[in-house]
Amino acid sequence: MTHAVKKQGILDNPSLASLIILIYTAVTSTLMLTVATTANNLVQALFFAAFLGTVVLTFKSKANTWAKILSLAPALMVVMPIIGIRNEFLLEVVLQIVIYAALALGLNIVVGLAGLLDLGYVAFFAVGAYTWGIFGSAQIGRITGAGGEGLDGNWFWLFLALAVIVAIIVGVLIGLPVLKLKGDYLAIVTLGLGEVIRVFANNLTPVTNGPNGVLGINPPHIGWFHTLMSPIINRFELTEPQVFALFLYFLVLVVIAVIVLFNMRLDQSHIGRSWIAIREDEIAAQAMGVPLVRTKLIAFATGASFAGVMGAIFAIKQTAVSPEDFTFFQSIGVLVMVILGGMGSIPGVIVGAMAVTWLQLDFLKSLSEYLNTLPAFQNNGVFDPAKYEKLFFGLLLIFMMLFRPQGLLPAVRKHIKIPESATVNSGVSQQPVQEVK
Amino acid sequence: MSDLQIWQQIILQGLILGVVYAIIALGYTMVYGVLQLINFAHSEVFATGAVVGYQVLSLLSGTEMNGYVKIIIALLVAMLISGGLNILIERLAYRPLRGAPKLVPLITAIGVSFLLQDSLRLFINIKEKTDRLSYPSVLGSEKIMGLTPTELLLIIVGAIMLIGLNFLVNRTKLGTAIRAVAQDGQTARLMGINTNNIISLTFFIGGALGGVAGVLWGVKFTQVDGYIGIIPGIKAFTAAVLGGIGSIPGAVVGGLVLGFLENLIGAISVFGIKMSFTDNAFLKGIGSVLMNIGAEWKDVGAFMALIVILIFKPAGLLGKATTEKV
Repeated sequence: MTHAVKKQGILDNPSLASLIILIYTAVTSTLMLTVATTANNLVQALFFAAFLGTVVLTFKSKANTWAKILSLAPALMVVMPIIGIRNEFLLEVVLQIVIYAALALGLNIVVGLAGLLDLGYVAFFAVGAYTWGIFGSAQIGRITGAGGEGLDGNWFWLFLALAVIVAIIVGVLIGLPVLKLKGDYLAIVTLGLGEVIRVFANNLTPVTNGPNGVLGINPPHIGWFHTLMSPIINRFELTEPQVFALFLYFLVLVVIAVIVLFNMRLDQSHIGRSWIAIREDEIAAQAMGVPLVRTKLIAFATGASFAGVMGAIFAIKQTAVSPEDFTFFQSIGVLVMVILGGMGSIPGVIVGAMAVTWLQLDFLKSLSEYLNTLPAFQNNGVFDPAKYEKLFFGLLLIFMMLFRPQGLLPAVRKHIKIPESATVNSGVSQQPVQEVK
Repeated sequence: MSDLQIWQQIILQGLILGVVYAIIALGYTMVYGVLQLINFAHSEVFATGAVVGYQVLSLLSGTEMNGYVKIIIALLVAMLISGGLNILIERLAYRPLRGAPKLVPLITAIGVSFLLQDSLRLFINIKEKTDRLSYPSVLGSEKIMGLTPTELLLIIVGAIMLIGLNFLVNRTKLGTAIRAVAQDGQTARLMGINTNNIISLTFFIGGALGGVAGVLWGVKFTQVDGYIGIIPGIKAFTAAVLGGIGSIPGAVVGGLVLGFLENLIGAISVFGIKMSFTDNAFLKGIGSVLMNIGAEWKDVGAFMALIVILIFKPAGLLGKATTEKV
């Protein structure tokens, strides 16, 4: 089997690529730091995209590891927090990006690797959010009749783990009966289950407080974070909400780092290859000894766990969760991120999450704000660009799929080359198999 | 109301809602049958039909015409425009992607759906300076055979659509061609069928059905906007899957079952509170369980039923279990 030799781009030369990404990061960081508070929102959104591009470029280039770390670490650990302090909106965008990136990585396992079309994925997100939402607010007192303000914020850490476990249990419970369904039947059943969970949240008023949602969710105490960051906090005279936003930022960064590492290991593991085998051909996979139900259930549960953990974090970020946060469109949104980014590709779905969240929260909003200031749209009372963000988004989706159906960063699988000497005499490989890119 | 009247209402309303679901579901099923594609934009084709119907009816509202004639004109125009729109969607968003992985056209379908939702709202906004449209009532309120004219209209138009489609698909040359393409596009092409034309035609028929359903929906529920397609779209897709997606009688059965179930559960959640089912211990029991809950439970009931049915019949009520090609 021969593979087409890809033309060498400048990003394929490690030392050149290292230089380029370092310069790029430095330039965009500087630009971002200078315009973060001054320029108009649209310009800011574009510069912000360039800054986010750092992550993409770092993933895609073949730069040396040291250069990657040297460009990403300061950008994420220093530049972004400073931008966030100066411009809370951009920090909010980044928090949303990371939350959705985690969801997209979870759904990527279910849809991208195992090939199970799940249209109700946001249900697991809801499960995680409500798990801490109910216990960490006055709602638990109302359920038991004991009153009170809910569990102390420090229980959050335990519930972060519990949210994962509950999401996994729900994933298995949902998965077990429906996994023998195929393709579109699975899609509609998961869609239905997602709706069922939303309707439960909406109508099981004694437990979930119905459409009003759970309010006043206790965040964990972050005294230690204060102490840790006290020089910075004092230097910039940060307010309490700003410190909490910073804390959330570092929290989601840690969680997403764990999730990404986990994904990278899974991708190359036995189970990861089983998922792909099932996606490619269920019957052949079964014939080769892949246990279908178990493998699919693990995919469901793993995907659910990421959503569960982010759900709990979402609960403390918003301090309130309501059924409105978990609609069918959220599930569709995450699916769009996965496919737009490149199914089955870890950097791809992260880029997908970035692109979609940035477009929806930042760019399209800024664009319509800007258009509203133009004379053509003044006082006409009919066409308000802010109302038609979905129209642009729809157009972008169509054009994206027409011109780049494989996604922004398609998955690249490592090929396993079996040395010829191993195949000449017997079918069993006598030498260790070499793995090459 | 006595129990008998309640039951009559449940069955009648279930039938009417079911007919509308069935007509929308047929649009999904036709397209799915030939392309194996979930046409998410179908909800918006349906909404377009509803808006077009409104425009035609309000244009005709000044004229001295019989109400039924007005509605027939509205139905025909809606069929043409929705069908044409569906052809256009297929040309621009799906045809270039034929042969791509299944999820890719699914995303363009979602994109088209978003695009159309806001375009419809823009259109309504520019023409009517409002976001919501109220259908003019063109039919009187005089009951015929115990049914309101709207109910009668829905049942009759629904029946005509279903019988007509059945005739078209099973008894005409065109229908044979559609079935051939649905079964095996490649072989059909070898047999001299222009598959592209047949696919366009299928999209036209599916869109026309969506348009009809949109007008009927508007006549029944009177309020229309750019987003009305979403919920009926999901329900109708559910109905199509429930009956066995790709199967035409399946879509009808699925629509009727779903409509009936929704109304039954809705009625229990409303009348159960009032304890109207005095002489039926079972229903009284269900009623007391479902006390104090919103009407949204009918959706839960419908989806739960879907899940249970699919667990026992994984290919839907009338779907054939597909044999795997190895």
